[in-house]
Amino acid sequence: MSRYRVAGKGRVETAQPVDFTFDGRRIRGLRGDTVASALLANGIHLMGRSFKYHRPRGPVAAGSEEPNALIGTRRGKGQFEPNTRATVQEIWDGLETTSQNKFPSLTWDIGAVNDAAYMLFSAGFYYKTFMWPKSFWDKVYEPFIRAAAGLGVSPSEEDPDSYASRYLHCDVLIVGAGPAGLAAARAACAEGLRVVLVDENSEAGGTLLSEPQARIGGTPAWVWLAQELAALRAAGVRVMTRTTAIGYYHQNMIGMVEKLTDHLPQQPADTPRERMWRVRAKRVVLAQGALEKPLVFHGNDRPGVMLAGSAQTYLNRYGVLVGRQPVVLTSHDSAWYAAFDLADAGAKVQAIVDTRATVRPDLRAEADRRGIPVKLSHTATASSGRLRVASLRINPVLNGTVGAAATIRCDAVLMSGGWTPSLHLFSHTRGSLAWDEDLTTFLPKDTPEDCVIAGASRGLWGIAAALQDGAEKGRAVAADLGAAGIARAYEVQDDRPGQGESRRELPTDRDPGRAKAFVDYQNDVTAKDLRLAVREGMRSIEHVKRYTTNGMATDQGKMSNINGLNIAADALGKAPPQVGLTTFRPPYTPTSFGAFAGYHRGAHFEVTRKTRIDSWAEDYGAVFEPVGQWRRAWYFPEAGESMDDAVRRECVATRASVGMFDASTLGKIEVVGPDAVEFMNRMYTNPWTKLAPGRCRYGLLCGDDGFIRDDGVIGRMTEDRFHVTTTTGGAARVLTMMEDYLQTEWPDLQVWLTSTTEHWATIALNGPNAAKLLAPLVDGVELTEAAFPHMSCVDCTVAGMPARLFRVSFTGEIGFEVNVPAPMGRRLWQILWDAGQPYDICAYGTETMHVLRAEKGYIIVGQDTDGTVTPHDAGLSWAVGKAKPDFVGKRGLARPDLTAKGRKQLVGLLTEDQSRLEEGAQIVFDPNQPLPMKMVGHVTSSYHSDAAGRPIALALVEGGQDRMGETVHIPMHDRVIAAKITGMVFVDPENARLKL
Amino acid sequence: MLLIHCPYCDETLPEAEFAYAGQAHVLRPQDPSAQTDEQWEEFLFIRENPKGPHFERWRHQHGCGRFFNAVRDTVSDKFLTTYRAGAPRPDLASLTESLT
Repeated sequence: MSRYRVAGKGRVETAQPVDFTFDGRRIRGLRGDTVASALLANGIHLMGRSFKYHRPRGPVAAGSEEPNALIGTRRGKGQFEPNTRATVQEIWDGLETTSQNKFPSLTWDIGAVNDAAYMLFSAGFYYKTFMWPKSFWDKVYEPFIRAAAGLGVSPSEEDPDSYASRYLHCDVLIVGAGPAGLAAARAACAEGLRVVLVDENSEAGGTLLSEPQARIGGTPAWVWLAQELAALRAAGVRVMTRTTAIGYYHQNMIGMVEKLTDHLPQQPADTPRERMWRVRAKRVVLAQGALEKPLVFHGNDRPGVMLAGSAQTYLNRYGVLVGRQPVVLTSHDSAWYAAFDLADAGAKVQAIVDTRATVRPDLRAEADRRGIPVKLSHTATASSGRLRVASLRINPVLNGTVGAAATIRCDAVLMSGGWTPSLHLFSHTRGSLAWDEDLTTFLPKDTPEDCVIAGASRGLWGIAAALQDGAEKGRAVAADLGAAGIARAYEVQDDRPGQGESRRELPTDRDPGRAKAFVDYQNDVTAKDLRLAVREGMRSIEHVKRYTTNGMATDQGKMSNINGLNIAADALGKAPPQVGLTTFRPPYTPTSFGAFAGYHRGAHFEVTRKTRIDSWAEDYGAVFEPVGQWRRAWYFPEAGESMDDAVRRECVATRASVGMFDASTLGKIEVVGPDAVEFMNRMYTNPWTKLAPGRCRYGLLCGDDGFIRDDGVIGRMTEDRFHVTTTTGGAARVLTMMEDYLQTEWPDLQVWLTSTTEHWATIALNGPNAAKLLAPLVDGVELTEAAFPHMSCVDCTVAGMPARLFRVSFTGEIGFEVNVPAPMGRRLWQILWDAGQPYDICAYGTETMHVLRAEKGYIIVGQDTDGTVTPHDAGLSWAVGKAKPDFVGKRGLARPDLTAKGRKQLVGLLTEDQSRLEEGAQIVFDPNQPLPMKMVGHVTSSYHSDAAGRPIALALVEGGQDRMGETVHIPMHDRVIAAKITGMVFVDPENARLKL
Repeated sequence: MLLIHCPYCDETLPEAEFAYAGQAHVLRPQDPSAQTDEQWEEFLFIRENPKGPHFERWRHQHGCGRFFNAVRDTVSDKFLTTYRAGAPRPDLASLTESLT
């Protein structure tokens, strides 16, 4: 057993040694140890370097509030985690841990020159030091900041672990399984209420784990704890350990992260690493306890200086003496008990140094009985020691004057500045706080949530008070839910309630301007920084926080916020409640991205929608592109073909004979009912009354602001039934918009809307041979110009399948769109493919579809329009039914700014040098004007067109429709391209190719 | 996450099922073409931004699909009530009274 392990103390298993590594060195601990307790048991306090000054640091706490002892842990390939708190990570055989922020080694670190150069790194140093010269920013300052910034090292491999996500509904959720939480659970678990008790620690018990001396109803604390947990479980209470309530959200929704495997040497194959619980509780009891405050003095961050209560925890819970010659430095009674416990375990306590002039006589007597020297009315002015504290410099304080210094040799300093309630979750509820003058701290006041707060988290100290309050709060929430909760009475012996005084920086006889008295250990913020921030004009505590970064580290100011506030308030000359506390935000402790992502990673990150024909495209070697949530065949390269080659071949083949295209992703909405035509008249810009059944029409949808929202071909199947198609990405949006108007503006209309996008598989056939290919397969209609002219639609049979056939064209060629019930899609595709072989049929993808439609000047909503384009801007005035009394967008189109001259309008562009423009490129009229040039539009679509024999483009240009034939200029990074404005139709302007 | 009562389903369900749909009781005029530019601007763009109770529309997007109205306090983020589209504006005084 090591020098610092105390036989017979703690809850660790003495017979179960555990070996792990720290910076490559093998360390032996015991089962039940954390990394921190095992290292301390081996006499190691130095566990890391600080963030800014690279000062040597050791653990200052024993729980999740730890700001210093941050380590990297490695459990296996890809299972590296930076910034794990050594005070929380449980050890197991084979665990690899490493210290952080050091180079080349923890004991000899180059970055520690920052400590000597601390004058450079005072509050707001970012804003001051790196101001000049300007040219230094890119080459010197930014690389330096980037190299120095950040805690730990990001993992570089993919995380192989899995993360789960669950919902939980309960009547009462109790956060914190210390005495208050246990008593609340016991009182609330009556009459079948579903009670959940959670605790972030590896075992329930809270303070009881650190205070085995207490007896409850005559039973020793640990025995009582075991009995109580058994009783709670028997009563149906769900007790969850290693589970952190990370955030309190609206209407009693609490996010909790349960760690399932980090403490296990072997990971069970079927267990996730962490599980995110979304809990909805009817009532919440917050029993999170209190956090001990450090004292603020020069050198209060040296390894070996730690919170007295934590030293007590290391001793009583882990059987570890943090030092053999500790000094206790305190302004609160509680640290006296730490001194007594350590002395009783064999440490030679060098002194109890208390800032107060008087203390309770019983404490004094206990100290005397143990022969511990007591120094009242004393301050600490410095610690010394290179990598570990070796002495503490103390001075008497008389009437505000600091007297002559004395030095006490020691190997640990146990400090206590009193306790502050843990208000984090309460603060998440937007609960208000009230300043308590006696305790000089904030206490919880009102909250809008159904939540109560119990025990030390509302300023009640001691086990008896916590049990009593917890019992009463548990009973009250049970009663609130209609059950008769039982608040039992608890009798506690050897309880240790205490009092203290709250301090700012401890008084000193030295220049306070040179003191490194840390308030925020993790962000290296000193008291001097806070006062400097106030001197430099920061008045709000929120500004002080951001300027100094106090409380902004991953520990969320658990230990620094109250000390920071008291010092800032003093500097401002105000009372703390007038300055107020900064806001605590979720998560309570650092949380892995995996826990938030849960199942949503890889292929499960987002839905990939596939058509029924997608599998054919995959078999045929298509290259896919994402369109909204859909994946669509982009092009079908043959062996050795580039994308350009493939697209050109597909375009040529389609115009030469016939091409086929999977158009199933087109949005489809069935509009049905006696008032269907009226509804269509009101929604779309076009007139629909005179459209005969069996005919279809290009429809344009605007918003009431007059801008284009969507478009698509709409067929009137029967008098009261329209088959509406929308853009692929717009389907859901259009249906929502239709429902909105139908439900809320025109509820009198007898119309029903049904999304049929996935009901149909849609295959487009285009090309001069399209009709010849299709005709033999169609029953119910003759594919002749007379019987089935362009813009017709019909319910018929295709290859024996029930079909809805459209004669439409998005390519300028003879075109058909065959809709069959979706499950038949791939079968029909294969039949058409086979039937097309004599015609050298070609499957084409979305890129070819884009080229072919651009050659005809057909717009794509969302590419050629951007939400500020009207039908007139897009050259679609013909699609607006001017005679209709009203439609969505009619009044909008009459807005003065939409009828004004000089609007950006859609036109064609032909480059003079035959080069292909870049989509998105900006356009100017005069390329010789001084910078910054006036931009008058941009290129919206640009392709090489084989049919036109040259590159073509569409563009939005200011006043474009009145500038036909004019030359505009497109400045690129290497040259300026000149282009002529033309009409938008580049191929077959007479539409001769549409005829059979 | 908020819990929202759908007045059509008569169920209180998580916010994720619902979509916000702007201010409530903005009536589209019977004859928009008769509106002056100022009136049309008012209808299209001008919205309230109250600190306190706000009349607003929600849609039970992933449920019954119905649009309905709600009164939500923008300070506390609490729903004071929800009611069907077309129903009259509830009396604010009685709603806030029932809260206290």
